[in-house]
Order: sequence, then C-alpha cells, then structure tokens
Amino acid sequence: MFFWSLVLIAVGIFSSFIYGRSRIKLNSKKQGTKSKSLPNYYAQYVLMWCLFPALIVYFSWAIFQEQIIQNIVISNFEFIEGAAYNEGLLIAEIRNVANNPSFAEGKSIEIINAASHYSSLRQISQISFYTSIIIIMLLGALYASQKLKPEFHAQHTIERYIQYILIFCSSVAIFTTIGIVFSLIFESLRFFAEVSIFEFLFSTEWYPFIPIREGQTAAEGSFGAVPIFAGTFLVMVVAMCVAAPLGLLTAIYLAEYASQRVRKIVKPLLEILAGIPTIVYGFFAFVSVAPFVKAFGQSIGIDASPTSALAAGMVMGVMIIPFISSLSDDVINSVPQSLREGSFGIGANKAETIKKVILPAALPGIVGAFLLAISRAIGETMIVVVAAGTAPNLTGNPFENVTTVTVQIVVALIGDQEFDNPRTLSAFALGLVLFVITLFLNIIALQIVKRYRERYE
Amino acid sequence: MSNSKILANGVDVYYGSKQALFGISMDIKEKEVTALIGPSGCGKSTFLRCINRMNDLIEICKVSGSIKVDNEEIISSSTDVVSLRSKIGMVFQKPNPFPKSIFDNVAYGPTIHGLVESKNDLEEIVHSSLKKAGLFNEVKDRLNEPGTSLSGGQQQRLCIARAIAVNPEIILMDEPCSALDPIATAIIEELIDELRLNYTIVIVTHSMQQAARVSQKTSFFHLGELIETGDTKKIFTNPDNSKTQDYITGRFG
Repeated sequence: MFFWSLVLIAVGIFSSFIYGRSRIKLNSKKQGTKSKSLPNYYAQYVLMWCLFPALIVYFSWAIFQEQIIQNIVISNFEFIEGAAYNEGLLIAEIRNVANNPSFAEGKSIEIINAASHYSSLRQISQISFYTSIIIIMLLGALYASQKLKPEFHAQHTIERYIQYILIFCSSVAIFTTIGIVFSLIFESLRFFAEVSIFEFLFSTEWYPFIPIREGQTAAEGSFGAVPIFAGTFLVMVVAMCVAAPLGLLTAIYLAEYASQRVRKIVKPLLEILAGIPTIVYGFFAFVSVAPFVKAFGQSIGIDASPTSALAAGMVMGVMIIPFISSLSDDVINSVPQSLREGSFGIGANKAETIKKVILPAALPGIVGAFLLAISRAIGETMIVVVAAGTAPNLTGNPFENVTTVTVQIVVALIGDQEFDNPRTLSAFALGLVLFVITLFLNIIALQIVKRYRERYE
Repeated sequence: MSNSKILANGVDVYYGSKQALFGISMDIKEKEVTALIGPSGCGKSTFLRCINRMNDLIEICKVSGSIKVDNEEIISSSTDVVSLRSKIGMVFQKPNPFPKSIFDNVAYGPTIHGLVESKNDLEEIVHSSLKKAGLFNEVKDRLNEPGTSLSGGQQQRLCIARAIAVNPEIILMDEPCSALDPIATAIIEELIDELRLNYTIVIVTHSMQQAARVSQKTSFFHLGELIETGDTKKIFTNPDNSKTQDYITGRFG
C-alpha cells in the first residue's frame, strides 16, 4: 500500500506539471497575449493543487485508518457473557489471525469471525483510499487548471504558497516541543496526584520502590528528590571546573595566539570531540578514569567508591570543552578588530589587551557559552549512567557515588512496567524539572548572547 | 626650520606577494600637521601604520626599509614596540572606544604603562586629557557612563583623549573624520589645530579640503608610490607633478 501510493503520487506530480505547462502555453497562444508569469510557475501551481490535498488525505488515512477499523471490529464483536476481556490483547489476537490464517487454529469462533470482518474492512479501506487519492488529485488539478489564464499572476500565488509551506515546516518543531511539554506536564500531574509536590521537592529520602504484590509491606516508596538534584549539581560543578578553564583558555589561544594554520587543524579536532557518542565517554569514564580516581583517593587517604561523581564529572567536563571553546572562540573572534588596534595603538601588550579589553568585551557571550554548556551537562545521560552510580546519595564529597536526574529517569523506565505507579511516573516529574531548568538556562544564555551581538553588529 | 621627527627611507611593504608600498622616503617635521592624501588603495594608511608598527598585527604583511623616529630605527626586530607605541598615539577611522566607562577608557593607557602612582594622579591625567581633547565639559558629569553611549564625534574625541593620555609625542590619525558629520568634523579639525602646538601629527584623509585646512605639509600617494611632498600651500596651488595637479583638481581619484 505504501509503495503503490507513492508511485501514484509521483505520477500525479509529473503529469500535473507537464499538463500545467502545456496548458498555459496553449491558453496564451489562443488569447495571443503573453502570460504574466513564466510557464513553469503555472505548472507549479497545478502541481501544488494536485499534490497537497492528496498528501493531507494520505496522512490522515495513514493515521486514522487502523484505529477506525479496530473500533468498528470491537463494537461488532460478540462478547460472551461473563468472560473477562482485555481489549488490547483481543485486538492483537484478531489482527494476528487476520494477518496469518494459520493462527486461527484453536481460536474461538467469535475471534475468527472478527478476524474476517477485520480483513474485509481493510480491503474496503484500501480500495477507497486509492480511489479517494485519485479523485482528490484530479479535483485539485481541475480546480487549478481553471485558473490557467495568461492574466493570472501564478508567480505571486506560488510565492504565497511557498511561504505557507515554510511556515508549516518551521511550526512542526515548535508544535512538537509544545506536545512534549504537555505530555510531561500531564504525566507529572498524575505523579503528583500520588506523591505530594512538597515531598518531591524538599524531602531527602529517595526510595522509589513500591510494593509489587498486594500485601508486600517491606518497601514503602518515598520520593524526595533532593539527593538527586544535589547529585546532578555536584556532577555539573565538577564538569564545569574541568571545562570552564580548559575551554576558555583554548578559545583564547585559538582566537588570539594560534596562527591560521594551527587554527585550521585544532578547531575541527576539538569539534570531533563533540561528535564522540556520549556512551563512549561513559565507558571511558568507567573503565579508565574511575579506577584512577579511586586509586588517587586512596593515595590521599579518602575512601573512593568505584563509581564516583568525580570520574563522571571530569569526563563530562572533557565532553563539554568543545562547546565552551568553540562558542567562546566565535565570541572572541567577533570582538571588533578595531578594539584590538585601539589597545595595541596605546602600547598595550597582548596579555593586557586580552585581559582588559577583549575578555570584558566578550564576557556576555562567554557567560552565554558557559550557561549553554551547563545545560548540556545537566541533561547528559550516558556518562553518568555508566560512571556515577545509581545510589541516591546526599553528599558533597565528589569521591562518593551519586546519582543524577537523568540516571533516575533511566532507572525508573527500565523494565516492563505500566505507567500507572509512582515509580515510573516519577520519571516524568524528574524530566519536567530537568526541562524547566535547562529551558531557563537556555533562555538566559540566548538572551545574553543576543544582547551582546546587538552591541557589536 | 623645525627638526625632523620621523624619517622614512626606502620603505617597501608587501601583503603576501603583493607589493603595497614602493620605496617611500619622507621627512616628517616636528610639531607640524602632515596630511597624506591620495585615492583609495594608494598605500597612505599602510604607510601610516608602519610608523607605529601596527602592520605587525597583519600576519602576511612584511615591511622593509628604514623608518627613524627621533633618530632611532623602528623597522627592526629589536625595536621595543610597546614603548614605541606609547610614544605614538593613534586615532582610527571609526571611533573605537573600549566597552568601559568614559573614565576607564582614558585611564587605560596610563594604567598599563604605570604612569601614575595614586588615584588622584590618574584622575588628573584623565581630566586633563579630556580637556585637551575638548570633551571634558560635555562629559564631566557622566564619567562613569560607558564610552559607547557618546555620539560619534564625542567618541572620536574620547579616542583622541585616550591617545594623548599616555603623553605621546606623535599622533597618527587614519581618516579620523570619515565617519562623522560636518559639525563633528569641524570640531575635530579645530582640535587638530590646537594639538599641533604640542604634538607631531600625521593625518590620512580622503578630503582634500580637510588636508588644505588642517595641514602644513601634504604628501600625495598614488599606487603605492609617494608622488610629491611639500608645503600644503604649494601642493594645492602649484604642484610640481602633473599627477598631483590632476588629483587635486578632481580629474581622478
């Protein structure tokens, strides 16, 4: 179905274009006037009218067909009195039988009837799908062809349509974001219906274990997220302690000292660092850095655990170096050359110029780069999953293992559990907190960067 | 006859493989205004930037020949560029105040060169520099506001104040009025006339009227060569070279 409908649409595109082109040439010849736009614009006009209504039908069919068929099948299903049904399982069973008749063996007569009902509905749906696509395409082309007169400004109309298409494309991302936010909020509300928001935000006990069987009283869930926030904060601080100085100094070197040749080599190398999958950083942290941290801790008399905030934070710091160095390098580079000349012209040397003129001028942008890096560090998952541990541990000691918001989300969602208990729902509440924090950081950072740009451009 | 302050001899400048200046030799006198004129791309700014070694900032730029400031060779790797530049102030085409307060803009030079002992000294230098640049009365109540908040003409005078705060002997001006309106230009020109009593000034300008108004000596550059140099009056009324004649009468450029 998918393949043939694509072929159908491709044929429609091609023939409508050819048709539109030849039709407008014919019409203008008949009237003896030159058309207001080039023939190609009329062809595009026909094409768009042929294509887009058909695409809308196509996608709505693809989205709703299965659901509608299932609803019809279920509503016609002959339920046996007294038997318990799970609707999801029932549908799956019916579909299995419909798709593969060999499954029919041993199934009840109701199921087999429903399966044949299902298959026939699908067939009807497919036939009507093709006919309606063809009809819609023809209608669209017909409507458009009525407008193919030389005095019609096809180009203006096309440009307006293209603008609509662009607006549509850019709103996809925005609406997706809004959708994600709403799903986060609704699921979080379900969580907060069972766990008080004050417990979540201010209590320090995180034991997200709920009784699996009825009567199992050994574990009572407790959802105080403070240790998780603290762990996230600790890892982030360690990461920034590594990334801020290294990244900033790298940027200063690249922007002010490095020759063009060095710059051309080093900058892409740093950006490769940003392209390493974070899980790779994760096992680097676990296999190489964590044992080193443990050994180092022992050598100075601190008992370090095998996974620690320090190991995860340090590797995460390395991961975000390119963010800071690349953004800061851009910012420093966009400090106008005239300021450097002004400073050198007074007899300042390079260090004085950088310290007293360039860095102050670039400061807002650098702060923006730091904030973006922080929000990246907070949202990072894989490194901390592998290298920081999963124990909620309220501590300021980076040698101990801690857990972060992202890790707890992973832990909550692992395993096959239904989204109906606080343990899994807590993932959404944590995700919401994470989202709000990074959103604010990003907004502030972008605001700062923007204000800085306005000043110099 | 006053003494020569800057003495250039056979200065060649290359940008990569492209030669921008051809054997420039020139004698710039003390406490006079020398104007460098010529069509765009003729090398007058390049020459100006040789005098305080500003071309060092351009990686591909190579300077050879000899320039002596106060009889000291400056085109040499052993030249102390920092002290050279503190002796030669520079004012640029576009006003380029630092993103600091008006006070800190002027205080920048004296501070990095350690010219002041106390806060009072610094304040005195800043005030007197602003006065010399004719800006003090306009900004004395808002010295803590950012330098970028001033108008274009005020910013340019702030840059002049910043340059003279380190007590230079020479001031280089690279088309200082090209970004300013006529009124601000007139104020700067008046200022140049006052400054010439204490400083040697070399000014690059596109405006021949400006050269005629503010300078005592004029040098005409064309295609990287120094065509003619002499008293401004003579250059503008009775030049020796026919190219100079053509340029000042507006036949090209």
